[in-house]
Amino acid sequence: MTRVVVAMSGGVDSSVAAAILKQQGYDVVGMMLRLWSEPGKEDSNRCCTPDAMALARRVAARLDIPFYALDARDIFRSTVVNYFLEEYTRGATPNPCLVCNRIIRWKFLLEHALAMGADYMATGHYVRLRSNNGQISGRSDVVKKELLRAIDRSKDQSYVLHVLNQEQLGRALFPVGDFPKDEIRRLAGELGLPTASRPDSQDLCFLAGEDYREFIKRNAPGSLKPGDIVTRDGNILGRHQGLSFYTIGQRKGLGLASTQPLYVLAKQAASNTLVVGLEAMLGQDELTVENVNWISGEPPQGVFRAEVKIRYTAREAWAEVSHLEGGRVHVKFDEPQRDITTGQAAVFYVEDVVLGGGLIT
Amino acid sequence: MEKTIYLDYAATTPVDERVLQAMLPYFSHTFGNPSSIHQYGQKAENAIEAARETVAGVLKCRPDEIIFTSCGSESDNLALRGASLAMRAKKNANWILTSQAEHHAVSRTAGQMAELFGFEVEWLPVDEYGMVLPQTIAQAICHQTAIVSVMLANNEIGTINPISKISEICHEQGVLLHTDAVQAAAYLPVNVDALGVDLLSLGGHKFYGPKGVGALYVRKGTPLVPVQTGGGQEVGLRAGTQNVPYIVGFAEALRLTDLERKARAAQVKPMRDRIIGSVLENIPDAKLTGHPIERLPNHCSFVFKGVDGNFLLTLLDSAGFACSSGSACKTGNPEPSEVMRLMQLPLEWGLGSLRVTLGTASTAVDVEKFLARLPGLVEKARKLQ
Repeated sequence: MTRVVVAMSGGVDSSVAAAILKQQGYDVVGMMLRLWSEPGKEDSNRCCTPDAMALARRVAARLDIPFYALDARDIFRSTVVNYFLEEYTRGATPNPCLVCNRIIRWKFLLEHALAMGADYMATGHYVRLRSNNGQISGRSDVVKKELLRAIDRSKDQSYVLHVLNQEQLGRALFPVGDFPKDEIRRLAGELGLPTASRPDSQDLCFLAGEDYREFIKRNAPGSLKPGDIVTRDGNILGRHQGLSFYTIGQRKGLGLASTQPLYVLAKQAASNTLVVGLEAMLGQDELTVENVNWISGEPPQGVFRAEVKIRYTAREAWAEVSHLEGGRVHVKFDEPQRDITTGQAAVFYVEDVVLGGGLIT
Repeated sequence: MEKTIYLDYAATTPVDERVLQAMLPYFSHTFGNPSSIHQYGQKAENAIEAARETVAGVLKCRPDEIIFTSCGSESDNLALRGASLAMRAKKNANWILTSQAEHHAVSRTAGQMAELFGFEVEWLPVDEYGMVLPQTIAQAICHQTAIVSVMLANNEIGTINPISKISEICHEQGVLLHTDAVQAAAYLPVNVDALGVDLLSLGGHKFYGPKGVGALYVRKGTPLVPVQTGGGQEVGLRAGTQNVPYIVGFAEALRLTDLERKARAAQVKPMRDRIIGSVLENIPDAKLTGHPIERLPNHCSFVFKGVDGNFLLTLLDSAGFACSSGSACKTGNPEPSEVMRLMQLPLEWGLGSLRVTLGTASTAVDVEKFLARLPGLVEKARKLQ
């Protein structure tokens, strides 16, 4: 019997993922990561509170599958949370979910799942997989896995999974990506899963529902060095409280007296200055991407056109993509894009297929 | 579930079929309230008094020295709380002496007596095997000691404490001695005079009785205030309508255990020794925890260097073996238990505990199956650290 470990969170999506796999006849095992929380805030962590774990346990019992918790607190703190703090400290705006997926879910948890004799690992992510018999690489001897956007475009989570490689995708199952969210909720209700009416999780799990600035204040206070707020031509307009408190495109909370609305254009870590300007100045039509992961394992040949997504919530925009030295990539948009932000990922799509992505420099 | 080999008899045991049969009439046929005057009540009362006599027969005590409770933990609570409060009232004794390796039912009760009721607790040290040495009691005891509480055998590491020697010291000083015999009773005689104890806790489900029933032996004349007040059941020491079928089951399970004690021990001990020998021989960086000789005959406990004990249990369960650890916790929050901390193990050993405990359905064939898989699973768990 084919064994699948389902990464459960107590939420609707992973619960239904487990239910679907069980119905399909897999030998399903539920596992839940115990992730790091700030001491004293364990009860408000967004994804692994004692409540969430009790719920996941109930779902597993309802589905008659074994369920185990796996301690990942130390490794989560030393990778995901450290990355989050370091990126803000250097003036970037990180997406820690990318690191969590790459290192915690799809490495740490996957290795434990495989050690338990699992053939596959499944999550409740809204994405799809397609086997492609060598068409991507031109090598017909290798079956490659393509990562596709979810059927439900409004729920698509392919952006955070662009970090996966062929080895990981070869072990992955994404049972809910073929369904609209409504259908998943309906299935949860039909199956009598106790999670059917739970709200979707939103924020970063370890922020415990707080603004990230509070978290940085407590955990990386050294990164909060006040500095000047300047225009592009170097006029000093005021003082900022520390670069990590601001993000590109931010308008509120600058504390500036100006006749026209001003926006954060750039965060210059070397000089510790926050550059502001008019909305029209936010648009840029190019960016550079580093640490690129190509899902097929090989970069596409030459210059190519793709839709590029520059934040989890951004709309994809058409661009011409060309290779630079050192595996970096240059992206030239057809139209200028607002809020291009260092540290966020740029992810490349051709139709529904995720080619890969990397971090905006 | 069907394929799983159960190696966690220290956690709980299945109800013996003979015990179950003894209990069944008392659910809906002989269902009366033992306190009622009518014949329904008389029959129920007769059942629990017969059970009390049976238990007294095993403990070699008077029937009116047996208090039925809901579990071993409740017995520990009643003993510690009830006796320390009574001894303070009687002779202003304000100290509780207990070991650092007790079950939480004792240690947390003692802790609360200190926190909320102004008692002083002296936590007696244990040796490298988790054993309480009588001289540590001799050093700590005084006329202000309200009660000494030392477990008969440790649940996590199986070490048996020298209770009868400890009792001599207590009695020289006129101090009460309680022992938590919950883990021990399945294999060790619980003769209260031979042990020399004033209070002794038992829990039914550790020896093939049902969960949800326990007993406390209270030596005649021992001052004790009830923890649960209400009706006058159990000579006023434990209010609440008695759980007749469970009390009947408890007594029958204890009777059978006493009758079959030697045979049961003879069945499991060679398997225990086989497991300990094989693990220490075949798994690198493995240690036995607890005493090598003075230990329960069904109890093996180890630590492995560089292993997440919880994940090892997950691997074992996936492979079809139900075991336990010293830090058993279902939430993926592996903290070394207090007892593991006492073993003074280096950090990379402290989380890698494994407890393997045998019982009536254990077979040599199952043990060999387990021993064939364990080294590979320990290695797997190690690699992932």
